[in-house]
Amino acid sequence: MPTSEDFAAIWLTLKLATIVTFLLLLIGAPLAWWLARTRSWLKGPLGAVVALPLVLPPTVLGFYLLLAMGPHGPLGRLTAFLGVAPLPFTFAGLVVASLFYSLPFVVQPIQNAFEAMGDRPLEAAATLRASPMDAFFTVALPLARPGLVTAAILGFAHTVGEFGVVLMIGGAIPDKTRVVSVLIYDQVESMNYERAHWLAGGMLLFSFCVLLALYGRRRTGRYG
Amino acid sequence: MANGAIAARFRLAYPGFALDVDLELPGRGVTALFGPSGSGKTTALRCMAGLARAPDGLLKIGGDVWQDEARGVFVPTHRRALGMVFQDASLFSHLTVKGNLDYGMTRARVTAADAGRDALCEMLDIAALAERWPDTLSGGERQRVAIARALLTRPQLLLMDEPLASLDVARRLDVLPYLERLRDELDIPIIYVSHAPEEVTRIADEAVVLDRGRVVARGAPLDVLPSASRLVEGGRFGVVNALKARVVAVDDAYGVTRLAHPAGEILIAARLTTQREARVVMRATDVALATSEPRDTSVRTILRGRIEKIDTTESALAFVTLTLIGGDRLVSAITRLALDELRLTVGADVFALVKSVALDERGL
Repeated sequence: MPTSEDFAAIWLTLKLATIVTFLLLLIGAPLAWWLARTRSWLKGPLGAVVALPLVLPPTVLGFYLLLAMGPHGPLGRLTAFLGVAPLPFTFAGLVVASLFYSLPFVVQPIQNAFEAMGDRPLEAAATLRASPMDAFFTVALPLARPGLVTAAILGFAHTVGEFGVVLMIGGAIPDKTRVVSVLIYDQVESMNYERAHWLAGGMLLFSFCVLLALYGRRRTGRYG
Repeated sequence: MANGAIAARFRLAYPGFALDVDLELPGRGVTALFGPSGSGKTTALRCMAGLARAPDGLLKIGGDVWQDEARGVFVPTHRRALGMVFQDASLFSHLTVKGNLDYGMTRARVTAADAGRDALCEMLDIAALAERWPDTLSGGERQRVAIARALLTRPQLLLMDEPLASLDVARRLDVLPYLERLRDELDIPIIYVSHAPEEVTRIADEAVVLDRGRVVARGAPLDVLPSASRLVEGGRFGVVNALKARVVAVDDAYGVTRLAHPAGEILIAARLTTQREARVVMRATDVALATSEPRDTSVRTILRGRIEKIDTTESALAFVTLTLIGGDRLVSAITRLALDELRLTVGADVFALVKSVALDERGL
């Protein structure tokens, strides 16, 4: 049976994924909007940076984030300047690391949705007296809703499934940074296969359900 | 500059395309921008809307300056009091018809009463569609909703970019009468982009012909289209005459209607029982010419007139413009061969023959 230790890890994981998904939608939508509509030369380089976590080993990302959050890194200096605790081995550190790690999974579906709708709905909105900001909220975002839902599901699921970056940044402090994937690793290391099964099996079922929801929705959805 | 009149000057160059127009347009009525694809007519319209920006452009409407680059003025689209109807209607698919209609109206701070929403919806026959979603509408309905949506902002200027081009022929004939009614009832200028001579002759008061980014002709549609129609594929079939005539009698036995016109009787292959007057529409290619009044022919409509102008092209075709008795104009498309064999010249008296079955009974 799952123990209170397991439930604490599950709760922490869900909390992390929820906060990260929420923040990523706030950051991702404007970023995707810019990437979809800009003609600036920065589009290529910035798009590549956003996509980096797709191909980098989590250890590389984790390593550089750890350096950045350290006392001599830019994030570390920022936290020192603001007078808050350093980020490594804290829940806040996990949130920041996850934002980078899951960014492409949120930005890309929204960017695709914005690109697919083209300029025309926004031009129509402009001829109906909507300012660009007004048109973004009342036309572009509602029309991109399928992309936003996909982005939220992928961002959430991917954050739940992260392991390498968490281990590098957060370690395995109970109730603070020991998320499900890390706890499974600990259990397997200590040869507690039965306890690992509960969590690993749960993750498997959870991931399957998420993907089923995603692809099932895609097949029946109006905009695919 | 007359009240509401438009002054527009746009110069714009892309690789392989250049637009260079300088136009003074009237403050009311329908002005058609006519030309083949790539002639710059849509680009000129987008410049007026502010959706494209000509680097040294100028656009004044009435007393307002929307663009004057020499003085650094460029009013963004959403601050211009204009309405625009796109080729594909571009309704917002996440809003109902009512939501679409309200979108511009509320932003322009116009009340439904001031905009005359109910009367407008009535006139465009869309009152019953309010709760429907755009993707459940027919093409013609979508386009009528788009027209209403644009007009509900009470614009100073209405821009229409080939509003019928995405519709099939039957739907086009459905929407045309609405456009004709709008033209007669609105007192704002309408700029109507089209490559269909038939629409231009039926709707426009004036046509501006564009070719390769430049204005090549300008005037009343029937004056400029005969020579301009060669610019578009199949254009000669689109040169259309419209004559107003009085309904005299309906012959129930034969199902035909006799109409009186100063130049002669017009017979229509339909029963016009509800109207006293009709606008009879006939293609230039359906009008034949004769130098003497023919007797032994099945053609029932024979109109008398005098040749005013002859446009010949390098192709087989010639357009002959007549002034009918009573003053109306009528254009006939015949071959150059027939023109020469009949020795038709400007000033000659001729008879125009129109097959009754070719006449459009949708008239008015």
